[in-house]
Amino acid sequence: MAEYIEKGTWVEIHRIVLPGGQRAPQVPVETQQVPLEMRVKGFLAERSCLGDEVEIVTLAGRHLRGLLTDVNPAYTHSFGSPVPELLTIGREVRMILGETRGGG
Amino acid sequence: MTAALSYDAVLADRDAIMRASVGIDYQQYVTGVLAFDYERLLADTGYDIPRTQAVQSRTGVGNTPLIELHHITALVRSLSAPGKGARIFVKDEAANPSGSFKDRRASLSVCEAQHRGYEGVVAATSGNYGAAVASQAAKAGMRCIVVQEAFDSQGIVQPEIAEKARACEAYGAEVIRLSVGPELFYVFLCVLKETGYFNASLYTPYSIVGIETLGYELAGQVQQHTGRFPDLVIATHAGGGNVTGTARGLRKAGAVDTTVVAASVDLAGLHMASDRDFNRKSFTTGHTGFSMPFTTWPDRADVPRNAARPLRYIDRFVTVTQGEVFYMTQVLAELEGLERGPAGNTSLAAAFSMAQELNADQIVVIQETEYTGAGKHPLAQLNLAKQMGVEVRRGDPRDNKPGQRIVIPEHPSQIVLVDVDLEHVRRSYVHHALESTHVEQPLSEIDLEFLAAETRSSRAYVEEVANEWHRTTG
Repeated sequence: MAEYIEKGTWVEIHRIVLPGGQRAPQVPVETQQVPLEMRVKGFLAERSCLGDEVEIVTLAGRHLRGLLTDVNPAYTHSFGSPVPELLTIGREVRMILGETRGGG
Repeated sequence: MTAALSYDAVLADRDAIMRASVGIDYQQYVTGVLAFDYERLLADTGYDIPRTQAVQSRTGVGNTPLIELHHITALVRSLSAPGKGARIFVKDEAANPSGSFKDRRASLSVCEAQHRGYEGVVAATSGNYGAAVASQAAKAGMRCIVVQEAFDSQGIVQPEIAEKARACEAYGAEVIRLSVGPELFYVFLCVLKETGYFNASLYTPYSIVGIETLGYELAGQVQQHTGRFPDLVIATHAGGGNVTGTARGLRKAGAVDTTVVAASVDLAGLHMASDRDFNRKSFTTGHTGFSMPFTTWPDRADVPRNAARPLRYIDRFVTVTQGEVFYMTQVLAELEGLERGPAGNTSLAAAFSMAQELNADQIVVIQETEYTGAGKHPLAQLNLAKQMGVEVRRGDPRDNKPGQRIVIPEHPSQIVLVDVDLEHVRRSYVHHALESTHVEQPLSEIDLEFLAAETRSSRAYVEEVANEWHRTTG
């Protein structure tokens, strides 16, 4: 049985703004083929389930409708792993400047 | 409800939506077929330098530090001929409230919006400007909506834009995140029409006049510090506002002989509206994908007349590679203790190359930094590049190929800027201007004068290019 998400929960909705094949004429073919999609976050207006067509109230106070796709959506952007191609640059330029620190 | 209105209907209504949302009747500035009174458009904002400073100081915008990059200058001199190697300074714009110079642009727009009684502001931007508008709106107690191009059709979010969305939401703004494509403008128009909010476009006169304090301040700071104006100021160049506003501010400070350089990351070969290329650019702005089209035709913006007109101000236009910028970002952190960027580091890479040509007593200023962090950092961009199948390696930056290969220099001597042929850019501008008229008759005197001013050329030059264009287009 689908789990209910309570009214007032911070969620994200998704909507297709323009379907694939109905994009602006100037866009390249790989863009032309895919839809223009929209994602907006806000507070859920009514108790609903994931995948339902719902209404949200955004941070600007607007009422928007779309498919409920995420609950309390996370910020997942990060730094990621150290990049080996950058790790030794500091040591290299310090050596050029005649310094010896930095494990060179 | 956003985008419930049909695409064609909204675009047909574009002029009326714009008029209502910007509060400027651009028609009153038209003086010819092509010509308009640019200086009057800017003067009519009513903001001179003291008035702009007064508005900006109320929210802690401006008066950012000027920092001399002693170690980077030493590195430049280690590579330069005797007597060469200019002193390099940077204006630490990351010290602004939302972490970039974009606060200067947003401050006057939000102030005007509030003054004119708008309930909220809308900005179409995937960059720092969104956070700046959101920050200013928060302080003004206004509502704010930011429309971003944020992710590709696979749902992969460009990490720098994800960070901007987070920042906007932290300031209490609604963020509309879209997939790739120029139809963002349609959604933007829908939002303006539905809300009746102010269009805090990057390209209104307010947005440009707000940057003048940057050039004005840095001229004064350099003079105070060294007893002279800077010889050269380098601005990272995308839509043209940064270069335009900074150059105007320098002139207002009296630094009329300072050379103004625009620097962009070379993204040749990548298409800005391509769903495939979107996450293979590794740079979201400050690149040629924006600077070339906006320099050769500024009036492609989201207002009828763009107040950013870079060709009027650029003395030199240069490009650097992706790998060179990532290299210099690391050098800035490790030699100067400044973890910043990406934006200003494009100018930094150009300054590093250019300073080697200049005398040791000359002064180069990189006119901005921006805050860095998760998503914005080179680590985030290079990890995404690798995920997208872009090769990342050390080597000769001449082998850098946007979207395929990011080559990070092996030695600082490999950082060599490339000059853009300004003559070619001027010619391209005149062609775009002529194409925009749809008129066969010869241009009026005032149009010729306007195009000469726009391209910093002469009437004779404009006539020659126009005649050639008419001959070849039949």
